Amino acid sequence: MWEYAPAPENRDIANLKPSYRMFLDGEFVEGAGEPLKTVNPATEEVLAEVSTADKNDVDRAVKAARRAYDRVWGKMPGAERAKYIYRIARMIAERARELAVLESLDNGKPIKESRDVDVPTASAHFFYHAGWADKLGYAGLGPDPRPLGVAGQVIPWNFPLLMAAWKIAPALACGNTVVLKPAETTPLTALVLAEIIQQAELPPGVVNILPGAGDVGAELVSHAGVDKVAFTGSTDVGKLIQRSLAGKGKKVTLELGGKAANVVFDDAPLDQAVEGIVNGIFFNQGHVCCAGSRLLVQESVADELIEKLHARVSTLRIGDPLDKNTDVGAINSREQLTKITELVESGESEGAEKWVSPCPLPDKGFFFAPTVFSGVSQAMRIAREEIFGPVLSVLTFRTPDEAIAKANNTPYGLSAGIWTEKGSRILWAANKLRAGVVWANTFNRFDPTAPFGGYQESGFGREGGRTGLEAYLDV
Amino acid sequence: MSLRRFLHGLPGVDQVGVEQRAAGLATRSIKKASKLQAIDTAIGLVDLTTLEGADTVGKVRSLCAKARRPDPERPDVPRVAAVCVYPDMVATAAAATAGSGIDIASVATAFPSGRSTREIKLADTRFAVESGATEVDMVIDRGAFLSGQYGRVFDEIVAVREACGQAHLKVILETGELVTYDNVRRASWLALLAGGDFIKTSTGKVSPAATLPVTHVMLQAVRDWHTQTGEHRGVKPAGGIRNTKDAIRYLVAVNEVAGPDWLTSKLFRFGASSLLNDLLMQRRAQLEGHYSGPDYVTVD
Repeated sequence: MWEYAPAPENRDIANLKPSYRMFLDGEFVEGAGEPLKTVNPATEEVLAEVSTADKNDVDRAVKAARRAYDRVWGKMPGAERAKYIYRIARMIAERARELAVLESLDNGKPIKESRDVDVPTASAHFFYHAGWADKLGYAGLGPDPRPLGVAGQVIPWNFPLLMAAWKIAPALACGNTVVLKPAETTPLTALVLAEIIQQAELPPGVVNILPGAGDVGAELVSHAGVDKVAFTGSTDVGKLIQRSLAGKGKKVTLELGGKAANVVFDDAPLDQAVEGIVNGIFFNQGHVCCAGSRLLVQESVADELIEKLHARVSTLRIGDPLDKNTDVGAINSREQLTKITELVESGESEGAEKWVSPCPLPDKGFFFAPTVFSGVSQAMRIAREEIFGPVLSVLTFRTPDEAIAKANNTPYGLSAGIWTEKGSRILWAANKLRAGVVWANTFNRFDPTAPFGGYQESGFGREGGRTGLEAYLDV
Repeated sequence: MSLRRFLHGLPGVDQVGVEQRAAGLATRSIKKASKLQAIDTAIGLVDLTTLEGADTVGKVRSLCAKARRPDPERPDVPRVAAVCVYPDMVATAAAATAGSGIDIASVATAFPSGRSTREIKLADTRFAVESGATEVDMVIDRGAFLSGQYGRVFDEIVAVREACGQAHLKVILETGELVTYDNVRRASWLALLAGGDFIKTSTGKVSPAATLPVTHVMLQAVRDWHTQTGEHRGVKPAGGIRNTKDAIRYLVAVNEVAGPDWLTSKLFRFGASSLLNDLLMQRRAQLEGHYSGPDYVTVD
């Protein structure tokens, strides 16, 4: 037997500090909130202490952002703004290894993903939006679109740096200033991004980053000085935000949960479909709002596909996120691990057939073995509720119409995948599927030029691409 | 007709997907003990090859000496799997490797183009086997394949298989001329159905020769063949694999696409010439902790 020797990335590259402070009006300052301890989910050790904001800090940050907007950023020519944004993009690329290792430590995702996906895509978002800053009049949104003012942004823990980039880059390109709250369990890379923003000499107050728990986010989005709210996270919190903002006249975009269907027709390229299914649900431990958590496979190829899928999932390597050969890392928190475990138990008790990857799990840390449920029916919780973990539910269909009906039978509508060699069927299905993103013969492909967002309970508004600019402009 | 239906009924290969998967697996980081083990495994999988118009008895003898003792200063280095030569050099190679357990592979069937009559191809094969070849690397008729005459390609493989007698048959698909991954998959299944013991990517005379995604598709074919029939068949990428890093990427693909069972010279080979010396240099670097350079390995 040929065992791969451990190939861990050096954790010193992360440049981890014992404590981190919030970034307000161009300075790193102590927050008045209760400091939080951020944990490495792969070892359960405390990584660093992070100061958090209280109500007063939120108010100061919003006022600083307003000042920066009124005095500098809002009236700066786009070409000048672009220079700053390009600088941020380059500095992220220069510090890519540091950011990747820190992201894997704080989040638990495998280094190969933080290195090859999160960090380069974050940099790409700044590059892409820098290019728009002086061309907004040509974006098809009217001849002279204006910025909105101060954007209050709240991001989740699944792609901490990348989500910060998705939020900050378009806001800055469009001339807005920002107060951003990173997730409670993953604040570190956003604070390194703050360091980059400081080194890029962005005028004080243009970007403010305030760590904290949900109460800080609630304070931020409902602050009277915020003109635009952007939230990525759970549907439950999204609903709360929308309720609290009703009638306030703030522009809102919400990017929420999903229960995406990956639809495999009998003429699909099966080996690549297996790859797409694996990527769809086991990428980032399934902590992906657009994860392909429901596999809908045509009955005539179901057995063959499931056999190939089990064989492939058995080769996934689960363990130390810093090991370059790790495919599936740690679940981000104990809370999330408990939620996944509970839903998997419901799948078993509701009668679905459970298959678990034989890959051994580490003794410490929050790990969950990749799990595939077959014989799932639409009525089961595992087919309806977002699990946000490495758990796939396999359902079958007989005809294309049935596939579409089942795929659309969800309150969500963020993404979907189609696997077929028939071009006409791709176009037909893409038109019928109620999902913001439809991938054909691929899955989980992200690019700053492509708009991303959902239908129904997956939220509204688009991020990325020309369409994504509209969320940050008065058109 | 039914052969055609079967081959065209195989699931398609999505180009973007297979290339993405191959590139993804190529990022595996193989270090320390696992690297040394990979190097020794790779040495034992090499079909040490010379297929030049300028080949002479002297060249072939020297190649065989290298095959028996790849690193004269380190007797613990495993010997290679086989030497691969033209049919007229088989007798020389057989004599030079006698008693070593090294297989003698001979290309045949109007290698590399395959453009001749069936009689000549069979005669070529018989000559190689009679001269002492234990393995025959045949080429398929790509012209017939590309014009859809699958039956003709199939019959020819069956006939060559018969002419091989006890010798193992490797079927060269020349994937650089088949171009699409769908064609590679169909040709792989065609060769397996016709009784090839191995499917081999390339002659080394056409560019591109072996690539990782093509090898993925062929590994999937032998894996699926095993799932359906229980039989193990082999894969041989040939041409263009020149250094240790590349070789390890192929071993990772074998390990994770077909499975660890395939990491044996019965089921996987590298068709290569310059690869061996790079493996030896890297082996020394692993053991000695520093890199010595090409003057410390023998050029044969």
